[in-house]
Amino acid sequence: MELKEKLISSFLAFENHVDIDSPIHDVRSEAIKIFETQGFPTKKEEAWKYTSLNSILKHDYSVFPKNENTIEYNDVKKYFIHDIDSYKIVFIDGKYSSHLSQTTHDGIDVCLMSSALNKPKYQLIIQNYFNKIASKDSLTSLNTAFSQEGAYIQIPKNKVVDKPIQIIHFSTGNESALMQQPRNLIVVNENSHVQIIERHQSLTENPVLTNSVTEIFANKRAIIDYYKVQNDNEHASLIDNTFINQKQESHCSVHTFSFGGKLTRNNLNFYQNGERIDSTLKGVTIIGNKQHVDHNTLVHHIEPNCESHQDYKGIFNDSSTGVFNGKVVVNKEAQKTNAFQANNNILVSDKASINTKPQLEIFADDVKCSHGCTIGQLDENAMFYMRSRGIPEKEAKGLLMYAFSNNVLNSVKIPEIKQRITKIIATKLGVNIGFDL
Amino acid sequence: MLKIKNLHASVEDKAILRGINLEVKPGEVHAIMGPNGSGKSTLASVIAGKEEYEVTEGQILLNDEDIDELAAEERAHKGIFLSFQYPVEIPGVSVTNFMKTAINETRKAKGLEDMPANEMLKLIREKSELLEIDRKFLSRSLNEGFSGGEKKRNEIFQMAMLEPKLAILDETDSGLDIDALRIVANGVNKLKSKDNAVIVITHYQRLLDYIVPDFVHVLHNGRIVKSGGKELAHELEEKGYDWIKEEVKA
Repeated sequence: MELKEKLISSFLAFENHVDIDSPIHDVRSEAIKIFETQGFPTKKEEAWKYTSLNSILKHDYSVFPKNENTIEYNDVKKYFIHDIDSYKIVFIDGKYSSHLSQTTHDGIDVCLMSSALNKPKYQLIIQNYFNKIASKDSLTSLNTAFSQEGAYIQIPKNKVVDKPIQIIHFSTGNESALMQQPRNLIVVNENSHVQIIERHQSLTENPVLTNSVTEIFANKRAIIDYYKVQNDNEHASLIDNTFINQKQESHCSVHTFSFGGKLTRNNLNFYQNGERIDSTLKGVTIIGNKQHVDHNTLVHHIEPNCESHQDYKGIFNDSSTGVFNGKVVVNKEAQKTNAFQANNNILVSDKASINTKPQLEIFADDVKCSHGCTIGQLDENAMFYMRSRGIPEKEAKGLLMYAFSNNVLNSVKIPEIKQRITKIIATKLGVNIGFDL
Repeated sequence: MLKIKNLHASVEDKAILRGINLEVKPGEVHAIMGPNGSGKSTLASVIAGKEEYEVTEGQILLNDEDIDELAAEERAHKGIFLSFQYPVEIPGVSVTNFMKTAINETRKAKGLEDMPANEMLKLIREKSELLEIDRKFLSRSLNEGFSGGEKKRNEIFQMAMLEPKLAILDETDSGLDIDALRIVANGVNKLKSKDNAVIVITHYQRLLDYIVPDFVHVLHNGRIVKSGGKELAHELEEKGYDWIKEEVKA
């Protein structure tokens, strides 16, 4: 059975487990219809021109894992940012793992989507926010149809969350192939501040496909720093659909570190609904072999006096392929917009490739918008300079590539993450740089 | 120490060096002067092992070993140092981290352990004082936003840290004001010993007032057309290069 058909028939089975009288279920039913009509995207669609899902759709994925599974913290500790205290929302094969998690309802809600969808006390928030900014494309709709589990984070007004929140999804290989569709909802109210780390990690070589949707609402003057650590093994693929709605004077940043996975597609969408908003989108991609990473970003400037900063760096080795498609829309009303976009790439191997495409749609006349993309090899003069100081070719390359990606890390606000990422970068580049990163 | 025999080198099939002969012994300072385009910087790059340059004929021997097949880093490990005319900016790598990497890679090549951190710090302090370099400067990204003078001073600082056997200073005087020139020259002089040697490549005589050469060679069209003592540099300063060109023609 084709995956599409399997998913559609699974939806009928899914309906037996959930409350079909709830208003959410109308949303789900609507969404499965969209998926049924549209199917999985193909390269014929402009937004998917350079990314083919064919190779990852051919597996016979389990949509609902049969068994509950447990893993020992010590076996997976390394995938956590474990040297700092944090809230944790952990899933194993799509199911919540209470023993690995540390949730809270003390002043803030760091808990589960399943409770938020089912418990009356969250109903108002679900009504106001759930599926309100997620787009109606086929993959997001597919996730919406099956939305049931994921992270639910709600921060009330005037609250600086005392420690970061980690959302981690493990897959154990209990199923010969697993498809997961986590659905996250994050609502941060006025003047509040939160830091979130998200990671997907497969623990075996069985194929995993994750189609994740995250809706984030930043209300007035909220500050949200979001870090996506994508360092999965080369049997796991991720389609990440993130939608961020910002109200006036809020600051949101998303850093996406893409080092692993077979195929990774990031659909990252910012909507600026207010004045003096700041949006930051940064990414470092370092891949090799036949890995594929696709960043598809949208920043929609709707109101005046807002800023957006995009800076994506990519290093592509072996036969890896990359895509950057960055769209910036500036509405007619959004005067005094400052929108910056940069995408710089280094192709280390002759077989690697990157397709980069900035797309600017500007309808206002008093704006500063800049974009630049570069694709290059390592600077020969810099290589000779370093080698003439006794630094061997491999280390010199590593140091140059580290330096290349370094400025994206400058805006990382959690030192432990910065440290972790620089270590991953050094390992990825196969260098032992002569100083502590 | 260094013997260059009938060296021919070309870049992209264009011959630039056309038969250079030069011998540099330990303890000596050699100046290589010449008009623009005579091949001075090419000679420096070829000795240091820049891959774009192809040696088509002749030999470069370092302590009687032919170094033609050695990579730039291997030559550095054997004690060759090139102070660049145009030092490259490397954003994101601090001067200190760059030097730590360079020193420890050189030690690794010699089968030594990494230099202990406190020893490294001491060395950095000592050498930065020698070049009158502010400590703050050392945590800045390598050459990024440095003035011309700061870049050159940083080159000599690196030389001081690496303690090469053979240092080649390529137009180190360009872009230096007189104070910086004194500091740089003073640094080079303090590093000089009977065991190491310096090749100073320069267009002007100015630097040679401070770093006094034992020999001066004039490079023209890829060949050394005249050699002499330090007085040759003065003569060139007074009369320019035209008379040499005339002499060569005749």
